[in-house]
Amino acid sequence: MTVTSHRDTPNSEQRASVISKPGRSGKRAFMIFRAIMIAVVIIIFVVPLLWMLMSSFKSNVAIQDPTHPFSFTPILSNYHDVFQNDAYLKFVFNSFWIAICAVVLSLLIGTPAAYAMSRFNMQKSALVVLLARIIPGISLLVPWYYVFANLGWVGGYSVMILSHMFILIPVSLYIMMSFFDSLPIELEEAALVDGLTPIGAFARIMLPLSVPGLATAGILSFIFSWNNFMFALVLTGANTKTLPVAVFDFVSYASIDWGAIMAASIVMTIPIMIVALFAQRYIVSGLTAGATKG
Amino acid sequence: MATVVLDSKVDGETLGAQLWRWTNKHRKWVLASPALIFTIVMIGFPIGWTIYLSLTNAYGSVRSPFSFVGLHNYATALTDTDRFWPAVGRTFIFTGGALILELAAGMGVALLLWRPFKAQGAIRVIVLLPFVATPVAVAMMWRLILDPNIGFANEMLSWIGIGPQPWFASSFATLPTLIMVDVWEFTPMVAIVLLAGLSALPNDIDEAARIDGAGPWQRFRFVTLPLLRPVLLVAVMLRAIDALKTFDLLYTVKGPGGGSFHEAETLNIYAYTLSFQYNNFGLASAVLIIFFVIILIVLGLLAVSRRTKS
Repeated sequence: MTVTSHRDTPNSEQRASVISKPGRSGKRAFMIFRAIMIAVVIIIFVVPLLWMLMSSFKSNVAIQDPTHPFSFTPILSNYHDVFQNDAYLKFVFNSFWIAICAVVLSLLIGTPAAYAMSRFNMQKSALVVLLARIIPGISLLVPWYYVFANLGWVGGYSVMILSHMFILIPVSLYIMMSFFDSLPIELEEAALVDGLTPIGAFARIMLPLSVPGLATAGILSFIFSWNNFMFALVLTGANTKTLPVAVFDFVSYASIDWGAIMAASIVMTIPIMIVALFAQRYIVSGLTAGATKG
Repeated sequence: MATVVLDSKVDGETLGAQLWRWTNKHRKWVLASPALIFTIVMIGFPIGWTIYLSLTNAYGSVRSPFSFVGLHNYATALTDTDRFWPAVGRTFIFTGGALILELAAGMGVALLLWRPFKAQGAIRVIVLLPFVATPVAVAMMWRLILDPNIGFANEMLSWIGIGPQPWFASSFATLPTLIMVDVWEFTPMVAIVLLAGLSALPNDIDEAARIDGAGPWQRFRFVTLPLLRPVLLVAVMLRAIDALKTFDLLYTVKGPGGGSFHEAETLNIYAYTLSFQYNNFGLASAVLIIFFVIILIVLGLLAVSRRTKS
């Protein structure tokens, strides 16, 4: 309290400049230090990814020789090898199709639930859904496999979409709840006064306002679905393989085709990188949803 | 149907109007139930099934007959110092190591990027990349970079006169190397959460402390850090849940069983191996139940520490 009153005195500016003493040279040194540290962080985060990109354009002979990392003739044969396998385009499609279906369906189910749980403060119900985020997935896989195999669904898209929805519903619920929490309740009350029914107020007023939240939840969900490996490893068949599982086609006991693996890794990472580039703001707000409210 | 009729207070309403009125009146559960029912169906049956299987000697094909053995599987797991307890140890070493390093590094990166600077937007996108990249691709990439013979890491170390390291090739170095890769992958996520927390801090408290003569370290230690505590705990919770269950990285680098000496076998990998390599569903289920209880205990402790000190 006393501190704040200092600030309000007219000469607080002067005080500040007297007390915070780091001189011009000290400040400059700090700025340079900071710039160098930022550069170091960038290098640590980017160089490995660049190495993956570079290796995808190297012959396996060039990959085996790390002593001359930058002198090589870029070749496309790794990508050719990957796509020469006709099924690979199918795997790309599978990844997209499963992710898009799972994202749309989980938003369709998760958004109304998020609205209700935020509006009526249903903390226990929210906790039940978030349990899906906590439970080890493997404990679900054996029973799921058993049931879905009996239904004849294993190896089809429906199992993959259902299992991904299971991961994505808690994600979109968490994000959308914190989004609905931030919308003023007065808006809804005004809509009710104007004669809308409560569900009408949700559908016509709150839902259009929550488009940024839907974009956040949708984009983050897409990334989680695209990147998912464990459920796909067990539940996909030869026709429904997704990209993270398909990379293992290039690994065998005898040899590892590093060129093809790096090309396949680039193929599966590029779409996500593009999403990150254009939707960075949404990814950040999705990651930090609820975190800053404490 | 009975409820619909009971609820209607207006005579002569059409059935559609009655239904609409009922839906509006009970919107809380109408809107929430699809997500709840989906989750309960997808979780409820498997949990019951897993608990049941954990009390049996189910083995081999999912359809072959099995019988009830009581708590035998739990006893087997809890007295198994060969696979089970080392896996518990590795789970905690991996999670603890990764969590501590990610918090420290994440805090460093967040503080570095906090105050505005040139090209801030571009640099924040770059920081995001390791986290959004597909974990399997990231693991493959590090397998190549850290390969003892053809990897770039040892080549770089040789430039500064450090001898080649075994990385994943030695059972002793595997776990620390895996922690290192996990730190590379998830520090960005921690940094971004903390950065949002830092940006939301009221500026005037920091300012006031500075006017009162507090140095940068004092201001960080006694002003910023306590204010950031709730956000820090959210980051710890989110990371703890995922780190305990790490699968993609460990499986891609070492495969089922966690390598020839099980050097990368955490509880999650052990449960996977028991289920899908050995088809020992009974024991796998017992391990999974114990694992789930461990996760709940860790989260419970975190939640309690969050409540008591704030």
